[in-house]
Amino acid sequence: MRRDKPRTLADHLPLAFPAVMLVVFFVVPFGTMIAVSFFRRQQGGFYTVDFVLANYERFLTAFFGNVLGFSLLLAAAVAVCCVVLAFPFTYFLTCRARRVQVAWLIALLSVLSLSEVIIGFAWSTLLSRTAGISNLLVAVGLLDQPVALVPNFAAVMVGMVYQALPYTILVLYPALVRLDNSFVEAACTLGASPLRGFFTIVIPMLRNTIVATLIMVFVFALGAYLLPQILGRPQHWTLSVLITDQAIYQSNMPFAAAMAVFLVLISLALVGLTLLVGGRREATP
Amino acid sequence: MSGLTLQGISKHFGAVTAVDDVSLTVPHGTFVCLLGPSGCGKTTLLRMIAGLENPSAGRILLDGADMTAVPTHKRDFGMVFQSLALFPHLDVSENVAYALRIRGVAAEERRRRVDELLSLVHLPDYAQRPVSKLSGGQRQRVAIARALAVSPKLFLLDEPLSALDAKLREAMQVELRQLQQKLGITTIVVTHDQREAMTMADMVVVMGEGRIRQAASPIEIYRRPADTFVAGFIGSTNLLDVGCDGAGRAVVAGVVMPGLALPDGAERARLSIRPEDVQLAAPAAGRLAGRVTFLRDLGGTIETYVEVAGTTVVAVSTPRERPAVEAGADIGVVLPAEHCVVLRQ
Repeated sequence: MRRDKPRTLADHLPLAFPAVMLVVFFVVPFGTMIAVSFFRRQQGGFYTVDFVLANYERFLTAFFGNVLGFSLLLAAAVAVCCVVLAFPFTYFLTCRARRVQVAWLIALLSVLSLSEVIIGFAWSTLLSRTAGISNLLVAVGLLDQPVALVPNFAAVMVGMVYQALPYTILVLYPALVRLDNSFVEAACTLGASPLRGFFTIVIPMLRNTIVATLIMVFVFALGAYLLPQILGRPQHWTLSVLITDQAIYQSNMPFAAAMAVFLVLISLALVGLTLLVGGRREATP
Repeated sequence: MSGLTLQGISKHFGAVTAVDDVSLTVPHGTFVCLLGPSGCGKTTLLRMIAGLENPSAGRILLDGADMTAVPTHKRDFGMVFQSLALFPHLDVSENVAYALRIRGVAAEERRRRVDELLSLVHLPDYAQRPVSKLSGGQRQRVAIARALAVSPKLFLLDEPLSALDAKLREAMQVELRQLQQKLGITTIVVTHDQREAMTMADMVVVMGEGRIRQAASPIEIYRRPADTFVAGFIGSTNLLDVGCDGAGRAVVAGVVMPGLALPDGAERARLSIRPEDVQLAAPAAGRLAGRVTFLRDLGGTIETYVEVAGTTVVAVSTPRERPAVEAGADIGVVLPAEHCVVLRQ
């Protein structure tokens, strides 16, 4: 294929459209948000144009520190749970016949089509005392009486892992399906049991894929604000819940914007750190 | 029974029969080549010996012990894969030491053994290299060293040299054979290259359509092929129809062939003779008559194409014994009975 440097206006056009869209619908709103985060809030009104750091100062309280810490921890826990569950599942899925794989992938895609609201209320019903799965355990004889499994931290985790798992599997699938089966077979001929081969060959070989998937699920889970409210108590609310609360119910746009900017910076920093650590280990094997 | 014994091994994939009732005995220290066209079941047979596929029927015995149900990782066989399957996240020494690490060998002993193996395959200074920085031949050697790390009872190789260029492949064939003789290890190589099989093997097992067509030494396979499939697959050959006359004598193109006999009860058969065994002479009565159609002078050898009763017979000779013929000339063809093999149809 011919690859000349673009010269005329027509050469630049194919790139111009996405560039314009990106500027108009992403860069401009994000810039506005950064600007608003420095504005002064007007009690009872909206905000006035100004440059104050008061919105950022408000973080430096134990309350927001705790919420931020909890949000990051929750996102990290969801990411780890998803990868730990999805990686072996996807690996064994790729070992099955093509027909079986397609059926599973279609089922997973259909889970993706469920909205967060439906997932939230479905799980809160499933975990409830009156209609939940604890009734089944009573019927089987494992429990004396039905118990409420919601709201609590475990319920938040279950809901969020359920929501993120299909993404995790779909991200891991291409890398695992391309993995040549002869690597594991070679490990077996060298005396490693299939399980040992999985841990000493498959996982180390796909380390970069695993790290990338962890980051993706982490960022995805960081934005969750509905499930913690439906399935958790107020102490399980994430920073995203607070942002929504400030922006919509308290009409404190500058503070909401400041929190959003802060969240973006923190997640960017964490992702950068992970890549840095991964990259260094790559350089010195 | 010492050595590897296959008893009635079959493998079916759905309705397809990949390997069909194969029985074979391989004494210890033998170098065996499984030879055949692609899809003949040779790789499936090797994978069953390694334990990577389960036979649909039959038994695999090693020194009399039944290995059929033993999982791959407990068989202690070394294997080199067609793709080599070197672990990309490990360097050369870690690849070679993998089997030792799995068995819990101490680090010092591991290092000593890796050095020993790498010098055995002529790669002494490559221990710390990442495998991605190796050439094709070097990767080949690392895969061989890795498979030999724990002194396996059987050394299995699946088309090990197919990724190398022709010159390097020839050199590696010799090297692999010398290595096997030095270690005295029972070795089974799958190949579709008959030159490779002739170079390395003590025993060539020719397979076709999932069955063993002939298992014998290379020279016997070449000189005494069991059927037309083997005769055609190993080297080049001339195949001629043989009939019989009223007295029961073998007849080719209307000429009685003294010293040849048809198989018991057969009225027709095929005669196989190697091009270098075909002799050309002046036309005479009682001698096959042909006409030279083409001469291919390759410098070292000359191939003479002679049409005999509708069949082209190729005769190879050296320039020293160059026949004084040219294309279009009538010529007599002599097929010495001691070099002819009569095959059932």
